[in-house]
Amino acid sequence: MRIGQAGAAAADEGSQGEREQPAQRAPGPAPTGRAVSALLEVSGVTRCFGELRAVDDVTLSVSEGARHALIGPNGAGKSTLFNVVAGALRPTAGRVRLAGRDVTRLPEWRRARLGLARTFQHSSVLLHCTAVENVLVSVQREAGVAARMLPAPRRRRALVDQCLELLDTVGLAGREHLRAAALSHGERRQLELAVALGARPRLLLLDEPAAGMSPAETARLTELVRGLPREVTVLLIEHDLDVVFGLADRVTVLHLGRHLATGTPQQVRADPAVREAYLGASDAAELF
Amino acid sequence: MTATTGTVTRPPAPGRLAVLAIAAAVVVLGVAPWVVDSYVISLASKVLVLGLLAMSVNLLTGVAGLPTLGQAAYFGVGAYAAALTARTVTQAGLVQLAVAVAVSAAVAAVTGIAVVRTRGITFLMLTLAIGELAYSVALEWSSVTGGSDGRAAPHVVPLPGMGELRLDGYIYLWVLAVFLVLFALVSAVVRSPFGLALRGIRDNEARLRAAGYPVTRYLLGAYTFAGGLAGAAGALWISSQQFVSPSEVGFTVSAMALIAVVIGGLGSMSGAVAGTAVVVLTRDYIGGQLDGRGPLLLGIVFVLAVYLLPRGLAGLRTAFARPRAAGARGAGPAAGGDPPTRPPAVAAAAGRRGPSDSDGPGTLP
Repeated sequence: MRIGQAGAAAADEGSQGEREQPAQRAPGPAPTGRAVSALLEVSGVTRCFGELRAVDDVTLSVSEGARHALIGPNGAGKSTLFNVVAGALRPTAGRVRLAGRDVTRLPEWRRARLGLARTFQHSSVLLHCTAVENVLVSVQREAGVAARMLPAPRRRRALVDQCLELLDTVGLAGREHLRAAALSHGERRQLELAVALGARPRLLLLDEPAAGMSPAETARLTELVRGLPREVTVLLIEHDLDVVFGLADRVTVLHLGRHLATGTPQQVRADPAVREAYLGASDAAELF
Repeated sequence: MTATTGTVTRPPAPGRLAVLAIAAAVVVLGVAPWVVDSYVISLASKVLVLGLLAMSVNLLTGVAGLPTLGQAAYFGVGAYAAALTARTVTQAGLVQLAVAVAVSAAVAAVTGIAVVRTRGITFLMLTLAIGELAYSVALEWSSVTGGSDGRAAPHVVPLPGMGELRLDGYIYLWVLAVFLVLFALVSAVVRSPFGLALRGIRDNEARLRAAGYPVTRYLLGAYTFAGGLAGAAGALWISSQQFVSPSEVGFTVSAMALIAVVIGGLGSMSGAVAGTAVVVLTRDYIGGQLDGRGPLLLGIVFVLAVYLLPRGLAGLRTAFARPRAAGARGAGPAAGGDPPTRPPAVAAAAGRRGPSDSDGPGTLP
């Protein structure tokens, strides 16, 4: 296995060669200059589908470097809020700011270029492409060469080596040249994570990353996300509360489209309104 | 997560066999004029010209996932542009080619702005409408197109200073030279980052958008490129036939190209050309000896191909190829997992279940 070496060589080559080096995203305050900077600010966001207010006047702030979890019962509006943040849906009302910049009107692909990457609730991979090609899609975009119409074998090799490292990281070693259609459900989720990380995101949105995973896979996922550098801010939706409390330093609870509570895991765990929402009863001690 | 014990490996490089196969194909095509008679060689020219058109259809349908029935429009624009250039400006083939590509790409870019925003059946119907519109224009705008009489053009002179090409063999060699250059170009584009992006859009548009790709722009780029390629085929049509009429712009030409792509295997460029050979030989060569029952025979061949070759002619190659993924549970990409599925519109239009996987990394063009 010479990939680690090769990858390092590739990185070298990239820094000298034709590949434009992505800006180093240093941790610390965003360019707004405020002391405690919020990377993502959602203010007063409402999203209606006809009569249904799927997200109703939600305000939320995710600070740089946070591991922020979004929880709530089914139908709470978590995924809708995610889609509004990612740009797949326009809010009916309210604002979304990313690193101090108002992105409410920016299309999804432009937000992605500002350092926002996401995984989807239902696995969203390129079924007829190999695992490597799936990751290459985001890696080549991040390298700024996605629109090139002629192949460059040396550059491609360097980018492919990056993809292989990411696939190794998420636990898909040995599966990298299979088409995504041949991967199991859990493997596709791993692949999605590699695709999102391939974009070197500043803000990573994970929509139920552990859904459909075995306990062992879930444990590995938790470890992997915990091991991400602090330059990567993580906002995740998760039903598996072990994952939530194993990862998150902030938790926001949504209920019926409305913001219910935000706080540390301990604060949220103790919040009577949260217990009420989850079980409709106050004796929900078993819940967490 | 899954207990994989393997280590990551780079994709295998194209085998020596692949390189040999390409070289052999080029040699066979190159010596053909000295071996077969002039009727067959003129059919071969036709195969190469329409093969480029099929590649253009394949780029949209097989690679980008947009099933089109309108590429004959851009083929026709290129053919008329080349014919008019040949009549009024120069017999130089390269100039005709350049004019045809520029005009047809420009027309494709303008029409594409509306077309690439649609998907599936709507896209299919819009491209069909564009084809029919082009046919009407070719028929009615007789001051330019000659109406139903069509336009004749003088014999082609490949480069200024050379002689006119009058013999079928020489015309064939000119067509072959341009064909090889364009085939190499298209194969490169399919393997480029842009080509991967198109395949990604075909598989999952939302994923590509979330990864930072302006999908509409990429598709407009592909549509324009495919239009230019069809226009180049149109210019070569003038070189080889010295004549164009509205029937070259009609629905039949678009449909034949799509059938050729399906027989060849969606997504595979060499398959598209092989499929064109099957179509032209069945309809013109064998059909000519069967009292003009070529179209009937072609229908039978098409039905058989759809049933017997689920991945087209290109699938034959991967069926015998050795498994590519080392250490994998499945036998290889073609063997593992679900059968690939297509968007309904593509399946409806093409009668085919999945794109050929033969254009993955490290395989023949």
